[in-house]
Amino acid sequence: MKKGSYIIENTQQIAKNTYRTRLKGDTSAIVAPGQFVNIALAGSFLRRPLSVCDWDEKGLWVIYKTVGKGTSALSKLEPGQKLDLLTGLGNGFDMELAGSRPMLIGGGVGVPPLYGLAKRLMKQGVRPLAILGFNTAEEVFYEKEFAELGCDVVVATVDGSYGQKGFVTDAMPQEGTTFFYACGPEPMLKAVYNRTNTSGQLSFEERMGCGFGACMGCACRTKYGAKRICKDGPVLMKEEVVW
Amino acid sequence: MVDTSVKLCDIQLKNPVIPASGTFGFGHEFAHWYDLNVLGAICLKGTTKDPRFGNETPRIAEAPAGMLNAVGLQNPGIEAVLETELPALRKLYSGPVIANISGFSKEEYVFCCEKADQSPHVDIIEVNISCPNVQSGGMSFGASAKDAGEITKAVRAVCKKPIFMKLTPNVTDIAEIARACEANGADGISLINTLLAMRIDIKNRKPVLANTTGGLSGPAVFPVALRMVWQVYKAVKLPIIGMGGVSCPEDVVEMMLAGATAVQVGASNLQNPFACPEIIDGLPPLLERLGVSRIAELIGAAHY
Repeated sequence: MKKGSYIIENTQQIAKNTYRTRLKGDTSAIVAPGQFVNIALAGSFLRRPLSVCDWDEKGLWVIYKTVGKGTSALSKLEPGQKLDLLTGLGNGFDMELAGSRPMLIGGGVGVPPLYGLAKRLMKQGVRPLAILGFNTAEEVFYEKEFAELGCDVVVATVDGSYGQKGFVTDAMPQEGTTFFYACGPEPMLKAVYNRTNTSGQLSFEERMGCGFGACMGCACRTKYGAKRICKDGPVLMKEEVVW
Repeated sequence: MVDTSVKLCDIQLKNPVIPASGTFGFGHEFAHWYDLNVLGAICLKGTTKDPRFGNETPRIAEAPAGMLNAVGLQNPGIEAVLETELPALRKLYSGPVIANISGFSKEEYVFCCEKADQSPHVDIIEVNISCPNVQSGGMSFGASAKDAGEITKAVRAVCKKPIFMKLTPNVTDIAEIARACEANGADGISLINTLLAMRIDIKNRKPVLANTTGGLSGPAVFPVALRMVWQVYKAVKLPIIGMGGVSCPEDVVEMMLAGATAVQVGASNLQNPFACPEIIDGLPPLLERLGVSRIAELIGAAHY
């Protein structure tokens, strides 16, 4: 974990109410895809936790939906403006569990951390199947980006306006995959949990106080006792999840 | 050279800045960010007799210049705190430790305070009779002078170490509660705990917190906390640990002028993990600018 100053390089709208911001700064604390950053924003007391979509040695990308004041303010910041971030938070996905054919299942703004994961899996010579779920066509993003990495990509929309009609669980193959990584809203995670035969990892979201394990604001129950989503998560093993 | 040290009862603090209970865990997470030994003291997470998971989530909400929490006293229980957490903290930190005790009955307070009193790692016992999150507990004790006095008397009987009673601001007359604690043997007063508050999600028309209500903290509550420290200083002769929205060296000075001997920093630790050391580093230059050579001379100095 590190605290530091980051400079906004650019922000693009990539889908309806969905933005991608590139932040330049020290990324040495980020050690695994699925980790998150906690961003201080003027006008908000608490930081905003956002999963890291991807990173390189010069900076990182976050993708977020403008759901409230904090994320709306972030989307409107100009290039060159500075932000204070805590980086390298949370455990992230464990790539060693992937096997030869992992399935990545993302819903909405749960998709971004799976992109960083897919990129690193491909580098290790593992070709994942990515199943990306959205509500409707205008919310779809990153289909092309996943495909350009070399992944197989299936897009599903709830209303059928793009890709397959239905939920991500409708687009999931029944066999042929070795492991799954899922990130998205809790009802999606639960449905994925119930529909998968393999082991897997699920990334959870919760309202946080600190983001680094001190305040117990984001506690959850697991089969192995209480865990903190921010510190012991956000990624939990399928086998430890209690619904 | 400015002297930032203060004395709480007979315990020497190198500076008056203490991370507040519930915002600092048992110290381990912050040891990643800085050397804990820069702190004046450490106040531990609120501890009960048995382990507690606390309230359901969401437990956290944003507020103007502050935040709400309804953690609900999640903790591993007094035994684990004294036998595991504290010895682990002692490997990282050698300064004064304040144990923070909560309970749901007089017997539970007595049980936990007695255990804490016997621990070689505990220097001061802070008795939380004010947590607004637990429906059957904390709130009611701190809301009446009679109950506050009774708890004070009961824990006093089993403790040799200094006892600070931590008061809730959700009362009509804070001075009356503080006087009841003093009359029953408290060594000091800590205040304020969080202010009972709530938020509603305007899209789904439901309270944001699963617990419906939570405690407001952060800079928003600072003037309220300051007013209550002022009132308690006027009402009792005991040392006061002032807290509530402290976020900068100036707030520390203001709290001390109102009557606090030491100051706790709470919500700011969550927003900025370096809040405490930054405040501590900012004290000597601020005191120099103010022409103050000994920080202790500020205690209660605004009273007339």
